[in-house]
Amino acid sequence: MAKETITVAAAMVKALEKENIKHIFGYPGAAICPFFDELLRSEIKSILVRHEVNGGHSAGAYARITGKPAVCIATSGPGATNLITAIASAHMDSIPIVAITGQVVSGLVGRDAFQEADITGACEPFVKHSFLVKNADSIGEVIKKAFYIAGTGRPGPVLIDVPMDIQKQEIEFEYPESVEIRSYKPSFTGNKLQIKKAAEALKKSSKPLICAGGGVIAAGAGNELKTLSEMCDIPVISTMMGIGAISTSHKSYFGMLGVFGVRTAKLALKECDLLIALGARMSDRSVTDSSVFDGTTVIHIDVDPAEIGKNAPVNIPIVGDVKRITEQFTEELAPMRHEEWQAALRRSKQANAEKAAEELRGRNGSYVNPKSFIKALCGVLPSKCVICSDVGSNQIWAANNVELTDEGRFITSGGMGTMGYALPAAVGAKTADGSAEVVALCGDGSFQMCFMELATAVQHNINVKVVVFVNNYLGMVRELQDNNYGGRRTMVDLSGSPDYLKIAEAYGIGGETVTSDHQAESAVKRMAESVKPYLLQVMVDSNERSLLE
Amino acid sequence: MKHTISILVENNAGVLARISGLFARRGFNIHSLAVGVTDDEKVSRVTIVANGDDYTLEQIEKQLNKLIDVIKVRTVKPDELLERELILVKVNCTAQQRHELISIAKITQAKISDISVDSMTLELSDNQPQLENFQELLRPYGIKEIVRTGTIAIQTGSASLRI
Repeated sequence: MAKETITVAAAMVKALEKENIKHIFGYPGAAICPFFDELLRSEIKSILVRHEVNGGHSAGAYARITGKPAVCIATSGPGATNLITAIASAHMDSIPIVAITGQVVSGLVGRDAFQEADITGACEPFVKHSFLVKNADSIGEVIKKAFYIAGTGRPGPVLIDVPMDIQKQEIEFEYPESVEIRSYKPSFTGNKLQIKKAAEALKKSSKPLICAGGGVIAAGAGNELKTLSEMCDIPVISTMMGIGAISTSHKSYFGMLGVFGVRTAKLALKECDLLIALGARMSDRSVTDSSVFDGTTVIHIDVDPAEIGKNAPVNIPIVGDVKRITEQFTEELAPMRHEEWQAALRRSKQANAEKAAEELRGRNGSYVNPKSFIKALCGVLPSKCVICSDVGSNQIWAANNVELTDEGRFITSGGMGTMGYALPAAVGAKTADGSAEVVALCGDGSFQMCFMELATAVQHNINVKVVVFVNNYLGMVRELQDNNYGGRRTMVDLSGSPDYLKIAEAYGIGGETVTSDHQAESAVKRMAESVKPYLLQVMVDSNERSLLE
Repeated sequence: MKHTISILVENNAGVLARISGLFARRGFNIHSLAVGVTDDEKVSRVTIVANGDDYTLEQIEKQLNKLIDVIKVRTVKPDELLERELILVKVNCTAQQRHELISIAKITQAKISDISVDSMTLELSDNQPQLENFQELLRPYGIKEIVRTGTIAIQTGSASLRI
């Protein structure tokens, strides 16, 4: 391709086309207008969100579905600062997004001009890397590097800030074919000696356990995990980000660990003699007391060397691509059985299921039980579905009750715990893959942080389904106050909230209210059959808890 | 424990902010920081003296390595460390005191960089303990102003930190 003389804005659009970008999520403003003006001439579809943060979340979910960096755009100043929470959320959960912001004209940078914000400075703690474009000729190299950095190694957000005058400047442009960054060489293949060592340790173990984290999903290593678990008969638990790495109905899957996890997963972690932490950073939410590792051989496999030894002790670290290493590891191993160990965990799982069923029988029947509702929902949805969960009690209900096959996905804000995530995430996920059934599960608190995105769904014909669990409380904080603050409830009563069906109706979205368990299945069926967005307002007992004990 | 960390970085705008920001937000204490360009104008060398236990040091090194602009990180072992700091001291100095100060400069191998009717500015490059000692020797004359650079460090012997 020969060089052509075009504006930087046009070059930015060409670069995105070269990166095979099909959609962008954005919100305009003066400082990004030259770019949007050029985007008109492209096949790339622009989706106008109703708040910049939601554009960031949509791009994040889009990236999680496609496995490739996705793009969100905002203008300078408040547009850019509104993006920060989405960038920080993507950073915590290792999601590859490329955020592009307009900046005030170069000559005004640093003078507190109208809608000026030092966004590269403000985002520094939350990005994998960022660029403030000062030299118009560098735009191609900058965008190429941004996509490369965002999508390789441990994925993460990259920010590109482009002053408006630079966007208008004409340059000789040719998009680079390749990129070379001497200071950035992520490891891919795992160290062979370490892998041999890990295999030897596993052979000696009688109670091995795999903890699957978000890294398994990010690396697309679901099949490799399944092969390893089945061949060596190893039970699997997951972190919240790892839910769906293996089918939740797999006989060797025992649920989510951590503060809000299930008993069997906690028991497994406590009892195991060897732990394979697979793309899991073992955060404070997952492991509250590091004494569970006493006497356990820990094999930590992660693409990011900085995660190894940060939160959990490690005996055998292996750095590289989780998919590749799991393959290498499996090659070193022969089939083995751990029948007693698996049986013990299955007994625990069974006992807990019976206990839960018992609790369910004795409950108040004039409300919907959110846990059985989620099970009913998953029973109706096609196997190719994406459950986007929000944050709060609803997230825990979803995490512990969602049922997914190998094709299903669970998308939530794990590390940051960002409320208002589910609906924009559903918009992004559905845009990325129209063939999947996509449902946002929200609490009434979190829904009120993002429901303006119903307009985005309607405007762009994005067929997302929304469930709002209504209990008129910020339930998780209320639970915390009940348990740790002598029951002094404050700032958690959501009185004054609207009728969510009417909200949906105002956007031209149909729906219905579900008030008891027996209505759940038929309501979910009607929702799933709808070819347009649909909202279920699910009335939940305000005393419903998220903690299991 | 005090560690001396040498970092080779791309000489890009904002790189120092990224490094100092990293130390601040992860709670690593910086004792001193010095930065200058190397023989390759595209590469700068940062020397940071920081406090922390082994866990902290390991995290500092790993987190630094994650910054895209960071090319190489090396913590120099204390017994292989050649450290230098530069100090400029302006002291009160009457005509009668000049000889005394000149002899202090000679003994300590300091340089007299500036002189006026009632003051003298001395310059010394040495390791930290020597600079402390130097400062004490000058204190009785009345220190008007002191300025010190951060520590720069290089490994002794033929081993070198290069790209």
